[in-house]
Amino acid sequence: MRQQPEPVQVVKERRDRALHALVQGVPYITFLGIEFDRRGDELTAILPYRDTHIGNPLLPALHGGAIASFLEVTAIIGLGWSILWEQIESGAVDAAAIGPESLPRQPKTIDMTVDFLRTGLPRDAYARARVNRSGRRYSSVHVEAWQDNRARPFAQATGHFLMPAHE
Amino acid sequence: MDRGTHLRGLIDALPFSKALGMRLEESGDGRAVVSLPYDARLVGDPRSGVIHGGAVSALMDTCCGTAVMTVPDGSGITATLDLRIDYMRPARKGARIVCEAICYHTTRTVAFVRATATEADGGEVTPVASAVGAFTFEKRGAGQ
Repeated sequence: MRQQPEPVQVVKERRDRALHALVQGVPYITFLGIEFDRRGDELTAILPYRDTHIGNPLLPALHGGAIASFLEVTAIIGLGWSILWEQIESGAVDAAAIGPESLPRQPKTIDMTVDFLRTGLPRDAYARARVNRSGRRYSSVHVEAWQDNRARPFAQATGHFLMPAHE
Repeated sequence: MDRGTHLRGLIDALPFSKALGMRLEESGDGRAVVSLPYDARLVGDPRSGVIHGGAVSALMDTCCGTAVMTVPDGSGITATLDLRIDYMRPARKGARIVCEAICYHTTRTVAFVRATATEADGGEVTPVASAVGAFTFEKRGAGQ
């Protein structure tokens, strides 16, 4: 007999709870006001505009450090989420039991190269991470951030990360 | 205005750097020292209390940009083209991080900068992070 698919609310609840645990435990994400929009396993990070994100008030333009922070948060959450997704979907980790204090260990940044393509305008920004390689020890993640047009990124970054079991 | 007030003013003019609590310690001749006090709001790993890499990146970017702004024949205006940061080790919980940046070469249009971040107080000499970057550069009076 074919197995019945899980009810939609059970699936959503598990995934949203896991994502919430991953994001809410990090004070710096709250400090910057970064939010995550989830569609299936795909995450879009959102940096809602705040006056405190400005670097040059005369232009005005977003601070390079705010942009770099946004890209790094998106990369590390994107990688952490791809690992956690496998764990909750396979049942290796019980999503109902995880909270910010009981999360599996997260990857650590080894290096990050940020490429500033255009001025960051004083408005919301979005970013998506792509895990180009996820190895046993090391991972490589690429991130692109945009504002008005998805096809015109204003910043991109590549980072290498040390996987949790190999600290 | 004394020199200390003037220096602090340079960082306070950057809303994001000010929000993170950064302080300009020294600057001049293409060199800058900027510090970041420990703040629980900047933590990346709540279990260890270690500051998020993104906040360290912001410190490095601010410090490198400030170094470029103090190049004697420069216009005092710059923007980051690219920045690579290597994280050597996590900063200890509670430690203030101090970044020193040196603009080691400029062309007519580009400034090359390197920076090192260490813990302000403590015997640990291994830097927390190091960075290299390229910034936009314009000579004073050029193109006006």
